Amino acid sequence: MAKSFSIKRQPGFATIAMFCFFLLYLPIATLVVYSFNSGMSIATWEGFSFRWFESAWNNQQVVEASWRSLKIAAVAAIIATACATLAAIATTRTGPYRGLTFKYSVINMPLLVPEIVTAVALLILFSRVKVWTGYSGLGYLIVAHSAFCVPFAYMPIRARLESMDLSLEKAAADLYASSFQTFRYVTLPLLWPGILAGLMLAFVISLDDVVITEFVKSGGQDTLPTYMLGQLRRVVTPEMNAISTVFLVLSLAIVTLFFFLSREPQKNNE
Amino acid sequence: MTDTRTTAAHGGAIGLHGIKKWFGTFQAVDNVSLDIRSNEFFTLLGPSGCGKTTLLRMIAGFELPTEGQVLLDGVDISRLLPNQRPVNTVFQNYALFPHLTVAENIGFGLKMLGKPKSEIDSVVKDMLKLVHLDGRGNNPVTQLSGGQQQRVALARALAPRPKVLLLDEPLSALDLKLRKSMQMELKRLQLETGITFVFVTHDQEEALTMSDRIAVMSTGTVRQVGSPWDIYDRPAERFVADFIGETNFLEAEVISVSGEKARVRLSSGAEINATYPEGITPKGKVTIVVRPEHARLGSSGSGMLEGVLDDIVYLGTDNHFHVKVDGGSTFIVRQQNAKSGHCGFSEQERVSIAINDDVAQILRD
Repeated sequence: MAKSFSIKRQPGFATIAMFCFFLLYLPIATLVVYSFNSGMSIATWEGFSFRWFESAWNNQQVVEASWRSLKIAAVAAIIATACATLAAIATTRTGPYRGLTFKYSVINMPLLVPEIVTAVALLILFSRVKVWTGYSGLGYLIVAHSAFCVPFAYMPIRARLESMDLSLEKAAADLYASSFQTFRYVTLPLLWPGILAGLMLAFVISLDDVVITEFVKSGGQDTLPTYMLGQLRRVVTPEMNAISTVFLVLSLAIVTLFFFLSREPQKNNE
Repeated sequence: MTDTRTTAAHGGAIGLHGIKKWFGTFQAVDNVSLDIRSNEFFTLLGPSGCGKTTLLRMIAGFELPTEGQVLLDGVDISRLLPNQRPVNTVFQNYALFPHLTVAENIGFGLKMLGKPKSEIDSVVKDMLKLVHLDGRGNNPVTQLSGGQQQRVALARALAPRPKVLLLDEPLSALDLKLRKSMQMELKRLQLETGITFVFVTHDQEEALTMSDRIAVMSTGTVRQVGSPWDIYDRPAERFVADFIGETNFLEAEVISVSGEKARVRLSSGAEINATYPEGITPKGKVTIVVRPEHARLGSSGSGMLEGVLDDIVYLGTDNHFHVKVDGGSTFIVRQQNAKSGHCGFSEQERVSIAINDDVAQILRD
């Protein structure tokens, strides 16, 4: 008898797999390695040092841009997650009705619309608003980031809600809980891992954004990614590598946390 | 908010008046009127899709009747939200809150009512004792067995002292042995608390064991309401007779009616007395039902119906004799094995069936 078909046993499978992994991770590995280069070059290895990390840390512009990035990401992630939570409850806690699919599409639209279109649209809108209000602070970036982060925060929250037993909320209502108490004592505690996951996803997405930020920001409002983009036009030193490495570690930490948080509910349900 | 919903010393009486429920174009409940008495163990019995759960959900407030009224102690509660009704539910899947401990689950209702912590603690303690879970208060509910979860669900629904407790097939997930002991347990809890229980099940044995009264439902309507004895021994129509237990249907002709009894002639010519449901005067050709245990098997020529013994099914405590009655139909006789050894009859033998006195019942349709 022939053994059942397995893709792993096909000729060339391992080779292609390895090739793909190299393609994906070799550039990143190179970047990380050269962030520890003691020389000026990002292509010739001259020795190990933390020099570029120090240099980045002492670079006022880098520190400011980083702070700005973190601030925007934190506020935008919180706003986006709050909106996404409300949207997720509204789209999962009612029976199917006309227009539900339309709502799904509206919520997820930012995933499909090319970023550049959103960026240009926001640029035009905000320039008008700036003229009317005279305000030119970080608010515009925060609003823009909140907007495109909503669908990312929405996905894990909705998934969590859909896996939650609807009869729990019925039981709460049956036991004299008002709809607010039901949310406060039953839905929210059970939804918490989903909300945290959504928050982190939104945070990482915001932290990483270049296109929309580039269009919306005013002078002196560089976030770390747009600052780095600006630097590339001048001289490229391993300082860029060092900054990227720090960002990489930060993102990995958040994604890992996200992974563990979204895994937990399955254990609980058993 | 009224206080009556937690201080009820007696079970509430439920009145259902002309209840109709449509889901789109599907009618789940068709003009049901029922009176469930105070302190009663009342069962809604029927096959799946008969509307019994929908009816229960309308008492709980999860569904609103399309037409008709739900009364609690004479007060219309049809339009109240579930949290405004002094009625609690034990859900089929228990629906315990997985993020709370056993004690927190049981105390949930009282906490939502804003009761002081000392009162909640003492009620929870009493409830744990009532359902034999003393000392398990701090366990997470996810670590309990099915039977224990069932008891937590019961305690949680009883803790706020509802006027009526609704039970939606709560035993269906348990294995047979546990189910039997929980049946006794439920009956005990109902007697001890004095709360009106409305129990939904498709299991006729469960209904007969526990209920004070049973409403048999089919396709959205109530077919018969009565005590377990009424339902089993005096079924009013074919559906009820067929759904509950095993039954023999016989064609007969009414000869005379006197008082509550009618004299009917069987196809074999033998005459027996039969009771008939209220509200009809039997005449002409009728269908009568005789339970298998209400007839005896004898040697040919000794009884009322003659036939050939087709099959003997040995069931340990009983034998089921399938008799092919002359003229076509099959009649089942159930006889207890009072003695060990062979039953004394053999297959393909000619036998006779004698029907006991006053056991036959005429059907309405």
